[in-house]
Amino acid sequence: MATASVPRTARPVVRASYVRRIFSADSLAQAIFLVCALAILAVTALLVWELWTKSSLSRDKFGLTFLTKTDWDPVAGNFGALPFIFGTLVTSAVALILAVPFGVGAAIFLAELAPPKASDAMTFLIELLAAVPSVMFGLIGIFVLVPMLNVVVPVLKDDVGLGIIPIFSGPFYGVSLLTAGVVLSVMVAPFIISVSREVLLAVPRDLREASLALGATRWETTWDVVVPYARRGIMGSVFLALARALGETMAVTMVVGNTPKIARSLLAPGYSIASVIANEFAEATSNLQVSTLIELGLVLFGLTIVLNGAARLLIMATAGKVSQ
Amino acid sequence: MKKNAVFALIAIGSFAVVAFGQTLINGAGATFPFPMYSKWFNEYKKAHPDVQINYQSRGSGAGIQQVTAGTVDFGAADVPMTDMQMQEFTKQRSAEILHFPTVLGAVVPTYDIKGVTATLNFTGDALAGIYLGKITKWNDPAIASANPGVMLPNSDIVVVHRAEASGTSFIWTDYLSKVSPEWKMKVGSGASVNWPVGLGGQGNEGVSGQIKQTGNTIGYVELIYAIQNKMPYGKVKNAAGEFVQADLNSVTAAAAGAAKNMPEDFRVSITNAPGKGAYPISSFTWLLIPAKIADPAKKKAITDFLAWMLKDGQSLTSALSYAPLPKDVVAKETKAIAKIK
Repeated sequence: MATASVPRTARPVVRASYVRRIFSADSLAQAIFLVCALAILAVTALLVWELWTKSSLSRDKFGLTFLTKTDWDPVAGNFGALPFIFGTLVTSAVALILAVPFGVGAAIFLAELAPPKASDAMTFLIELLAAVPSVMFGLIGIFVLVPMLNVVVPVLKDDVGLGIIPIFSGPFYGVSLLTAGVVLSVMVAPFIISVSREVLLAVPRDLREASLALGATRWETTWDVVVPYARRGIMGSVFLALARALGETMAVTMVVGNTPKIARSLLAPGYSIASVIANEFAEATSNLQVSTLIELGLVLFGLTIVLNGAARLLIMATAGKVSQ
Repeated sequence: MKKNAVFALIAIGSFAVVAFGQTLINGAGATFPFPMYSKWFNEYKKAHPDVQINYQSRGSGAGIQQVTAGTVDFGAADVPMTDMQMQEFTKQRSAEILHFPTVLGAVVPTYDIKGVTATLNFTGDALAGIYLGKITKWNDPAIASANPGVMLPNSDIVVVHRAEASGTSFIWTDYLSKVSPEWKMKVGSGASVNWPVGLGGQGNEGVSGQIKQTGNTIGYVELIYAIQNKMPYGKVKNAAGEFVQADLNSVTAAAAGAAKNMPEDFRVSITNAPGKGAYPISSFTWLLIPAKIADPAKKKAITDFLAWMLKDGQSLTSALSYAPLPKDVVAKETKAIAKIK
C-alpha cells in the first residue's frame, strides 16, 4: 500500500518553447532511436520491395509452380526452385544436428565447469573462429575435409554398414550435402557457444546457491536448474546459427557439388539458394534468368521469415513450460 | 549569378582535366582475358601517361549488362552478344555496339585416372557422350578406340563441370553442340546449362581441385590455367580428323581457319574450326565498344588503344600464354576502328 500513497508527480509547468522541448534530452533521445529503428525497418521493406518488383518477370511466368518445379535450364529458360530449397534446408539441418550438441556442450563447460580465466581465453579463441572469412572455410573444406571424408565415408558406408540406411547410400564423390553440412556446422558453432555461454553466465547466482543448498550436486544444479532457466537464450543462439547457415554462400558452394537435383542420400551432391545466386548472377545473360535469381532471393527471405516465426512460437511455447 | 559561376568553374575544371589531367576510361567484363588486359592497360599507360584504363573483371554477363546500362565505357565478353542483346543496347544507348576480338583462348579436357599417364585422345562424340551421361566407364569403346595401347580402367567416369556461369562453359558447350546433334537438342550451349550429369566446381580452381581429389574424373579448364598448373590435358579430334593438343599455334590456326568467313561484326564462333592443325575448342574474346562515343577525349583514347592493341599489344600475348590474333583478323579490325564515331 505504501507505493499507492506516493503522490503522482505533476510535470513541472514550464512554458518552454517548442524548440527547447524538442531538444530536451528525453525527446531527443527518443527521436534519434526512433529514426534508428525505422531505418532498419525501411531497409528491410525496401529490400523486399526491390526483390518483389525485380522478380516480376519470373513470377508472372512461373507463378507458384516455381516453388515446386525441379528444372533448372538456363538455355531453355525453364526454372524451378525446389532443388535449391531442398539443398538449403538439408545442409542447414545437418549443420544444426552436428553443431547444437557440441555447441551447447561447450557452452556449458565454459560457463559452469571451466576456471573463469581459461573460459575467457577459450571463448576469445572461439569467437575468433566466427571472424574467419567464409571462403577460408570453403578452402579448408575442399582441401582438408574432402580428402578426409573420402577416406572415412567409404569405411563407414561399406565396412561399418551404414550404407544400408537410405540417407547414407549411393556413391560418394567428396563433395555432397553432408560435406556442406559439416563445414557449416563448424561455421555456426561459435555463434551457439558464444551466445549460450553468455546466457548461462547470466543465470542468477541465487538460483545456483538455492539448488546447492537443497542438496543438489553441481551437475544436478547445472542440468536441472541452470540450463532450463537459460533455455530460451540457448534456443535463440540456435536460431541465430540457423539464420547464418541458411544464408551462407561461399563455403557451401565450394563443397556442396552444385548439382540442382533432389537426392535421397546425404552423400549426393546438391545445391543451395545462396550458392546458385552467387554462381549465376554475374553471368546471367537473359532478363528472365536475372529475374529468376532475384525471385530465389525472395524465396530465401520468405524461408528465413517462416523459420524465424516458427522459432518464435517454439520459444514462446517452451517459455510457458518453464514458468509453470 | 552564383549558379553561372559554379557552372563556369565546373566547365573550367573539366576542361583542365581533359587538357592537363588524365582521360579516365572504365571497362568491365570477362575474367578469362583479365591478366592480358591488365598487362596491356599497364603497358599502354607507360607509353601514354595521360590515359588511365580501369578494368573490373566481373564476368562476361556483367560486362554486357554494364556497357548496355552505360555505367562503363566499354565491356568485354568471352561470348559474343546475341542479336537481342544488341537491339537492347541500341534501344538504350541509341548507338550500335561493336565487337573487337582481342586474343584467343582455348578450353581443354583434363582428367585424373588411376594408372594412366599417357596423353589421351578424345573424339567429339566421346566428350559429348561422357557429358550426356551415356558413356559411363573409362574403358568404353568410344574412348578406348581412340587410344590404342593405353590401359583404361573399368571404373565409373566422374564428370566435373563449372558450377558458376562462365565463358569457359560457353565455349565447351558450344563445341559439344557442334559435334553432337543430341547435345544440341537436349542441352544446347550457354554460359550455364542444365548439365545432364556431373559435379559442379567453383571456378577453374574448383574444377581442378575436384578432378585431383575425386579420381577417375574428367573436367574442362582454360588452356592457360592447365599450362600454369601443369595439369595433364587431352588431345581433341578436329574437323580435319587429326588429334590436336591445344597450344598457342593450334589455337591461332583455328582462328585463321575461321577468319576466311569472318562476318563484318566479328561475332563468330571458331569451335570445331576447319583447317589442318586447328584446335577445335578455341574461341575469340571480345571488347564491346559503343559505336558512338560522345566525349572526344575518350573516343581518341579508346581508338588509340585499339590501334595499339592490334599492333604492339599482340606481341605481348604469347608471354602470358594467350594466342595472338591471325594477321587477316588484325587487318580487318584495324579498318573497323574507323566505325567508332
